[in-house]
Amino acid sequence: MREISLHIMDIAENAVSADASLIEITVVEDAGRNRLEIEIRDNGRGIPSDLLERVLDPFYTSRKTRRVGLGLSLFREAARRCEGDLFIRSEEGKGTQVSSFFRLDHIDRAPLGDMAGALAGLIVGNPRVDFVYTHNVDGRVFRVDTRDLRETLDGVPITHPDVLSYLRDYLREGMAELRTRHDSAHCA
Amino acid sequence: MPKLTIEDLKRIREKAKKSTSLREGETTVKITVHMGTCGIAAGAREVMDALLEELAQSDRQDIRVVTAGCMGMCSSEPNVTVELHGRDPVIYQHMDKNKMRQVFRRHVLLNEVQTDFALARIR
Repeated sequence: MREISLHIMDIAENAVSADASLIEITVVEDAGRNRLEIEIRDNGRGIPSDLLERVLDPFYTSRKTRRVGLGLSLFREAARRCEGDLFIRSEEGKGTQVSSFFRLDHIDRAPLGDMAGALAGLIVGNPRVDFVYTHNVDGRVFRVDTRDLRETLDGVPITHPDVLSYLRDYLREGMAELRTRHDSAHCA
Repeated sequence: MPKLTIEDLKRIREKAKKSTSLREGETTVKITVHMGTCGIAAGAREVMDALLEELAQSDRQDIRVVTAGCMGMCSSEPNVTVELHGRDPVIYQHMDKNKMRQVFRRHVLLNEVQTDFALARIR
């Protein structure tokens, strides 16, 4: 994947397929520790323990439309290329947590990319799923909780054209803000 | 640019609630962006982004956008399925931002199937 936000989107779509109603995505960029951490946690049906070891095998997939499952293994490879790694914890009936970390300034680290676009796509494309997105850049935090948005909207759908405009701009601004006040060379 | 606030969202909500069409709440178009690993790697996010931009600029509230997984035709990704109420769904292949805009403006808004980009019509 050209961008880490695409891996995040991919893993979040896995969570949707696992019937999650809440997906929490956390991105932490810590220049002090030279680390980028990404966690995707869902409350979906979880992965049976006998399959947990196999989900990182590219030649394993639970789906029937094709015979390979590359998402998690690609994400792990991306992390390992950058002195990082990826771990999965899962409990049947409770959910799954995918955690990865990268060396922030590693030359092979893909940029985070258009995370706002990825998140907007996830939120709009999965209206029955709530998302909590937390992005921390050296202590500055941008957080969105779609449960709060829905409460404010009071029945007006998130796909209403005006709401959609707002959401896209809000996510873009919020994430851009994390960077503009940030004078570090680590542009993600 | 001034920061968008929750007050802005409340204003949008009040405006939206006043428009009568909201109460009808009927979905007449369903657009599915296939977001499996293959689709995402091939550019489905950019396609989705263009679609959301078009949707935000339209004043249509009867269009539903959903994501779905891989259909098993990974080599033709990004795939987008457009389903107009009462008509056969059309699967588009090798989509990009511009094709998505064209499909939205012609097929979704004007009901002209863009056969050049189509992979199949599901009957």
